Amino acid sequence: MTDSYDQLPEKPRPQPSTENQPYWDGLREHRLLVQRCANCNKLRHYPRPMCDACYAMDYTWQEIDGRGTVHSWATSHHPFHHSFKREVPYVTVTADLESGVRLQAPLVGSDETALALGLRVIVDYADVDASLSLPCLRLES
Amino acid sequence: MFNLRDKAAVTGVGETRYARDSEKSQLALTLEASLNAIVDAGLDPKEIDGVIPYAAGGIVAEDFITNFGLPDLRYSALTPMGGASPVAALQSAAMAVATGVANHVLVALGRGSISGGRITSRLAEMPQMRLVSEFEMPLGTNAPAQFYAHMARRHMELYGTTYEQFGEIAVTCRQNAVLNERAMMRKPMTLADHQNSRMIADPFRLFDCSLESAGAAAVVVTSAERAKDLRHRPILIGGVAEGHPESPSAITQRPDLTRFGIASAAPIAFAMADVTHADIDVAEIYDCFTFVVLCQLEDMGFCAKGEGGEFIANGRIRPGGELPINTHGGLLSEAHIAGMNHIVELVRQLRGDCGERQVDGAEIGLVTGFGDLGDGSIAIMHR
Ligand SMILES: [Zn+2]
Repeated sequence: MTDSYDQLPEKPRPQPSTENQPYWDGLREHRLLVQRCANCNKLRHYPRPMCDACYAMDYTWQEIDGRGTVHSWATSHHPFHHSFKREVPYVTVTADLESGVRLQAPLVGSDETALALGLRVIVDYADVDASLSLPCLRLES
Repeated sequence: MFNLRDKAAVTGVGETRYARDSEKSQLALTLEASLNAIVDAGLDPKEIDGVIPYAAGGIVAEDFITNFGLPDLRYSALTPMGGASPVAALQSAAMAVATGVANHVLVALGRGSISGGRITSRLAEMPQMRLVSEFEMPLGTNAPAQFYAHMARRHMELYGTTYEQFGEIAVTCRQNAVLNERAMMRKPMTLADHQNSRMIADPFRLFDCSLESAGAAAVVVTSAERAKDLRHRPILIGGVAEGHPESPSAITQRPDLTRFGIASAAPIAFAMADVTHADIDVAEIYDCFTFVVLCQLEDMGFCAKGEGGEFIANGRIRPGGELPINTHGGLLSEAHIAGMNHIVELVRQLRGDCGERQVDGAEIGLVTGFGDLGDGSIAIMHR
């Protein structure tokens, strides 16, 4: 291992498009926004141009509740992207949010030994810098 | 209805040496394997009139025209499905020769040396990874082991599947590799070795993950009619199909994390070939990770969803078992040639050319592909 911790590469950052910029803007305000079809009201995530139920391309952004349950998880021990070398081992959780969409985000405040399918989780927010906040998940107490 | 049953045959197979690194370029490796496959078929390269290069490889049909001096390439296509590409390419090649669009279609795949650090940036650039790249990579989900770990964990929690059952698949592949002089990993592995290997992306340990390899493999597909005049007994494609999972671009949003695209393809392939699961003598199952083998066995209907762990117990998939799998060692222990090596191995098994690792009386076999975020492909072949 030749990488010193001082020389870690930058973490990958989202490259927002016009289609998903509001999602990222929402996270910065610690709000979770997803697309709602303007024709049939179906919620969809991740952001994309078309509703797969009615093919409408008009949509609005709706704030959803950050509560949900554990659908699955993984614990990364190997930093496939070297920028995560300081974080390993870290847990990412796939959560079923009550609104019906799924979210994957790092688990904070607990380790994997606390996890089981169906446990209640809630979305929290981690401010990376002035222009980027990322979602995370913590077990509801 | 027109169907592809027994309309096409694999008439030639070839490969390069498999190793962790190679001095040769990806293109040079691809051409070397291609030439070996063409010669094996008893053809001259200039008779090749169809080419399906590996979509993710950066090699294009023009490279084959240029290097082999192909005078009349009439068919070229890509099947961009990651590790499901080679078997999906068999379907495309079979369609081309069955309809007379081409006579001999070369399907070739090469992988050059690639350092670990570059894998994540290469993945991030792929169009089929757009959503993962935007919404998951910034959170620390950057590589296939991490993508698929969520599927495997869900399977374990729902069905009681164990780390040891994943280990059975790794140990089986290694047993086969020990008998295969081409395999990169020939040191015997015990279940304890598997359990003691370091954790990579829990539930995957090092020995649940496929190798990194440089090398190439290729096959020639010819119409069943023309195949009769070539060098080897033709290995016929009885049934072939591809399938795509729901939410193909983001596993996170998939309704059922434990159902791959092959679940849609397998019934088509079995019906086309008119064979049952009990007829399968040998199966070369795409094994980028141990869990992916177990899940495909369920999705293909060898057992019910959730019963894969029990299905593979008691030596059923081991050499000499009821359903021997990955007789070359697979991506886990032979080499990661994105499953083109699985097709080559199945053809050799059905020809009866596998020496010490030959499955006795292998007449009907299947080969699968799995790629990107759950795409699937399957071919059932027979001699
Ligand atoms: Zn709609």
